[in-house]
Amino acid sequence: MAETTYNQTGHAHGGAQDNAEPLRFHETEEHHPEQGTLLGFWLYLMSDCLIFACLFATYGVLGRSYAGGPTGAELFDLPLVAMNTSLLLLSSITYGFAMLEVQRNRLRPVMIWLAITGLLGAGFLGLELYEFAHLLHEGAGPQRSGFLTAFFALVGTHGLHVMFGIIWLVTLLVQLRQRGLIVENQRRLFCLSMFWHFLDVVWIGVFTFVYLMGVLP
Amino acid sequence: MPFPKVVHIVTLIAAVALLAGCDMVVMAPSGDIAVQQRDLIVWATVLMLLVIVPVIILTLLFAWRYRSSNEDATYAPDWDHSTVLELVIWAVPLLIIIALGAMTWVSTHKLDPYRPLDRIDAGQPVPEGMEPLVIEVVSLDWKWLFFYPEQGVATVNELAAPVDRPIRFKITSSEVMNSFFIPALAGQIYAMAGMETKLHAVINEPGVYQGFSANYSGAGFSDMRFKFHGLEDEEFQAWIETVREQGGTLSGDAYRQLAQPSQDVPVKYYAEVMPGLYDKILNRCLEPGSICMKDMMGHHGGGGDEGGHHHDAMTAHD
Amino acid sequence: MFDQLDLSKLIFGRLTWEAIPLHDPILLVTFAMVAVGGVAVVGLLTYYRLWGYLWREWFTSIDHKKIGIMYIVLGLVMLLRGFADAIMMRLQQAMAFGDSAGYLPPDHYDQIFTAHGVIMIFFVAMPLITGIMNYVVPLQIGARDVAFPFLNNFSFWMTASGAALVMVSLFIGEFAKTGWLAYPPLSGILQSPGVGVDYYIWALQIAGVGTLLSGINLLVTIVKMRAPGMKLMKMPIFTWTSLCTNVLIVAAFPVLTAVLAMLTLDRYLGTAFFTNDLGGNAMMYINLIWIWGHPEVYILILPAFGIFSEVVSTYSRKRLFGYTSMVYATVVITVLSYLVWLHHFFTMGSGASVNSFFGITTMIISIPTGAKIFNWLFTMYRGKITFDVPMLWTLGFMITFVIGGMTGVLLAVPPADFVLHNSLFLVAHFHNVIIGGVLFGLFAGITYWFPKAFGYKLDPFWGKMSFWFWTIGFYFAFMPLYVLGLMGVTRRMNHFEDMSLQFWFQVAAFGAVLIAVGIAAFLIQLVVSFLRRDQLRDTTGDPWNGRTLEWSTSSPPPPYNFAFTPRVHDIDAWWQMKQHGYQRPTEGFLPVHMPKNTAAGVVLAVLSAALGFALIWHMWLLAGIGLLALLGATIVHTFNYDRDYYIPAEEVAAVEEERTRMLANHG
Repeated sequence: MAETTYNQTGHAHGGAQDNAEPLRFHETEEHHPEQGTLLGFWLYLMSDCLIFACLFATYGVLGRSYAGGPTGAELFDLPLVAMNTSLLLLSSITYGFAMLEVQRNRLRPVMIWLAITGLLGAGFLGLELYEFAHLLHEGAGPQRSGFLTAFFALVGTHGLHVMFGIIWLVTLLVQLRQRGLIVENQRRLFCLSMFWHFLDVVWIGVFTFVYLMGVLP
Repeated sequence: MPFPKVVHIVTLIAAVALLAGCDMVVMAPSGDIAVQQRDLIVWATVLMLLVIVPVIILTLLFAWRYRSSNEDATYAPDWDHSTVLELVIWAVPLLIIIALGAMTWVSTHKLDPYRPLDRIDAGQPVPEGMEPLVIEVVSLDWKWLFFYPEQGVATVNELAAPVDRPIRFKITSSEVMNSFFIPALAGQIYAMAGMETKLHAVINEPGVYQGFSANYSGAGFSDMRFKFHGLEDEEFQAWIETVREQGGTLSGDAYRQLAQPSQDVPVKYYAEVMPGLYDKILNRCLEPGSICMKDMMGHHGGGGDEGGHHHDAMTAHD
Repeated sequence: MFDQLDLSKLIFGRLTWEAIPLHDPILLVTFAMVAVGGVAVVGLLTYYRLWGYLWREWFTSIDHKKIGIMYIVLGLVMLLRGFADAIMMRLQQAMAFGDSAGYLPPDHYDQIFTAHGVIMIFFVAMPLITGIMNYVVPLQIGARDVAFPFLNNFSFWMTASGAALVMVSLFIGEFAKTGWLAYPPLSGILQSPGVGVDYYIWALQIAGVGTLLSGINLLVTIVKMRAPGMKLMKMPIFTWTSLCTNVLIVAAFPVLTAVLAMLTLDRYLGTAFFTNDLGGNAMMYINLIWIWGHPEVYILILPAFGIFSEVVSTYSRKRLFGYTSMVYATVVITVLSYLVWLHHFFTMGSGASVNSFFGITTMIISIPTGAKIFNWLFTMYRGKITFDVPMLWTLGFMITFVIGGMTGVLLAVPPADFVLHNSLFLVAHFHNVIIGGVLFGLFAGITYWFPKAFGYKLDPFWGKMSFWFWTIGFYFAFMPLYVLGLMGVTRRMNHFEDMSLQFWFQVAAFGAVLIAVGIAAFLIQLVVSFLRRDQLRDTTGDPWNGRTLEWSTSSPPPPYNFAFTPRVHDIDAWWQMKQHGYQRPTEGFLPVHMPKNTAAGVVLAVLSAALGFALIWHMWLLAGIGLLALLGATIVHTFNYDRDYYIPAEEVAAVEEERTRMLANHG
């Protein structure tokens, strides 16, 4: 063990100097700091949340600036959006099942649940693209008015996130196949899980704030 | 101002003496609003100097006294806390800020540019029945257009107003944001397209003053200047007559022509102005067939809400 | 014919030969100088066969110390560019009176003041601050690296890519002519159809990614990787201020990202966020950008406060007075910095109550700031002060900063702001706090930690020259601007009518020349110190009789920083160790777990810059390829699981033995 000598004659400041036990000034074993990835990813999510906050705020400001164009009540197809919402909510649940299987350390079910999650996400994206195409077709594109600008920006940014989530998910599926449920992959699964649920929460905000409140008279 | 007048005078003299020879228009303005704003600057400065000066002196003093070569000075390497001292160092700035905060609250409300004037200068309330002179201001690339709705005339890059009569500016912009500023008269306020800001002020001394845009707006910004004439009543009438005699017509087309970007534009007069032109510029519906902003979304309440009722060209006007 | 035309448009977008400013002699000369300098540097590096070394040991390094140094080098290089802009402006404004239009037409001049602001904030102050935090924080908390070493490298290269885009705009196309915050409608596509604003947007977006990630990185580092025993209230004060700054970065930069993205959509897709027509609202941009912009000011100043705290206590040889109140003051400033943004536009016509609210919250910030000043003052009280260069910067700061603080509070009084806003008074104020606060702090920090990073002190004579020229130059350059502001002179003017103003501008230009000498002295100091490095050598690792953990290791520290993780009992951990006669261990070394170098950061950042360039010039094909390549490279990078290695115990032992020998030789 390392040699550690102390000279108690020097002046000491702080609470510990009265102890009979001499102070230890370094670790003699290897010191493992805590893993920071999850905290880091959480911080990233919070920063992303701020981007959404800005988009929500923008929607709050511009949401009624129709510039003589169509309003939300005229445009929104609530049954379609409701279906979309349920796809995304369902995908969060299936991701939850995948994480349960991670805890049981069973690779195949993890991958199956993940694949289902990805498919549900893709379904969500498909419906959203269909909705956008429909709006554009009706001449209600993002250039039409402040309201539509803010609408497309908010909903579109969320959609982009889902798209990146799916790309990430597919990548992770390949990595799981290659290396199985090693620690690194588990950590990544956990990060993606946070990301996925985060998008779900944001969507609930979008659904309520944009669609439900939008169709109110 | 609830402070002794002596300090006021002393600081003013000091400021003037220090900077003799240059025209400190902000410190020696000619309009009542700007005068009050100047007083506020002086008072706030005096209040803050109460703490700034001792800090600077103490910094130099401590640095000198506790230099390592000074054997006489006490050395207390572990002295790092004193409850009394820490209370003091938090309390002193706190007290000053309380005083300053109170001053801020009162003066901000009193000098709110949207608030109609209740006095002409320190000793003189606005006479009963005196209506403010309304001037509508439009910032263009890169010149100023002034409408006198009462007189039915308009000018470019020249502004005049009678002394001791409140003026009510209504301000907008054609495209880019500018800031309407006549330092001798009153503080500035932004000119923004599709929105109307307001400024109430009064000029107390006859004279010619500088006005300009205080917010950078592109290539021609530096020449976006105009002269503001503070005139006696009859001179003002004469000036209006001159505008009427020499002026041309400001039709929709003439305005469109004028609104094209141009730099260093000479003074122009207009004796005749297309009715409702200012309103159309404000509501961005000069082009035939376009819908005015106020009609387009009046019932929706319009755009930004952070500025409250002040901005909206879209909502009902006061 | 048409097909050909479309193809060239697809590839080159709007880039044509006309974008190269061959007509502008100033730019041509600049370009020639940059080209000659660039060729010389490349030639020398090739001649001395340094490319491999640089690539292996620096560019791909994930060592926080090397990344920190690279950040500082970037900041200093960009300081030269930003200052060149400054002195050109001062010269123009000293010349252009009456009939003289000066030597810079508005088209060029407007780019210069925009670039000056953007560069000084984003590519000088930010890299320097981030660099110092990167270098010092892990050492101060007794860690071996940051939490995410690869991300750290990536962040640096993203910042460098942003800076590169700004530099490219000098010679290909133009930079924004909108002022450093690019307010719409002026920055909209109708008023600014050129590439300038696009350069601005993409440079800031790319650099912004780097800043945000480095913020997250340092935050996690401080939260998770402190040495055992280092409770929050035992952290060194610089680490505390870094913590708060990184909280601000993480909580503010996304707003900038969002608002710039909206401006991008307005410009590229014709949306209506900030347009005059179709229900857009430019005031929203101004609000959002200042919701980022005000915290940004504190992002810069808080670490500087931290540096002053370290310096004042070290050179007074005394514990920092009022550590607890210092920490609380920092935290209070952090929180309040989000509640004051509207004071940047009192003149936009908000109601009196809104304006007074933001005015008063702004003033409240001066209370904790005042408390800090007093704390430094009472740290000096009953100390034993030596006037080394970092301490001179600190004293210069204390005197200069309070003046800037005073004018700042003045500007926070809305009716006073109505007459002072946008004037040269305002310009003088923020230079007063940024130069007198941030920059002085950075110079203090660089001088203070230089021996730690390089193993020798900076030459004090040239350091003092730099200090005096900077300080006196500052007063000459900016006190006249206060006066001009009170004379009702507004900012960003290209020329003036009133000849009586010229005197003041000439004084200010003289001040700028003094500052130029100060910068030159700083550069000479670097060279002279390098040449005299043997006389200035620090063999102890603790040249200033320091107090915190970074001084407990060698100068420069080994790659692993600490052979054994320190255990902390006191705020001034190293001081306490010295008081206890601590002997460093000389045996029992263990293998050290370290992250591996990687080129991924460089690759991703270069791809980002290429993508940015393609988007600026509407080169849609290149943009598409760039985007796919970026995505692909990111995915490929995630397949690399081999990211760490062990430094064998023998190697650690050898390094430490070398140090033991050195300590013994020099006593």
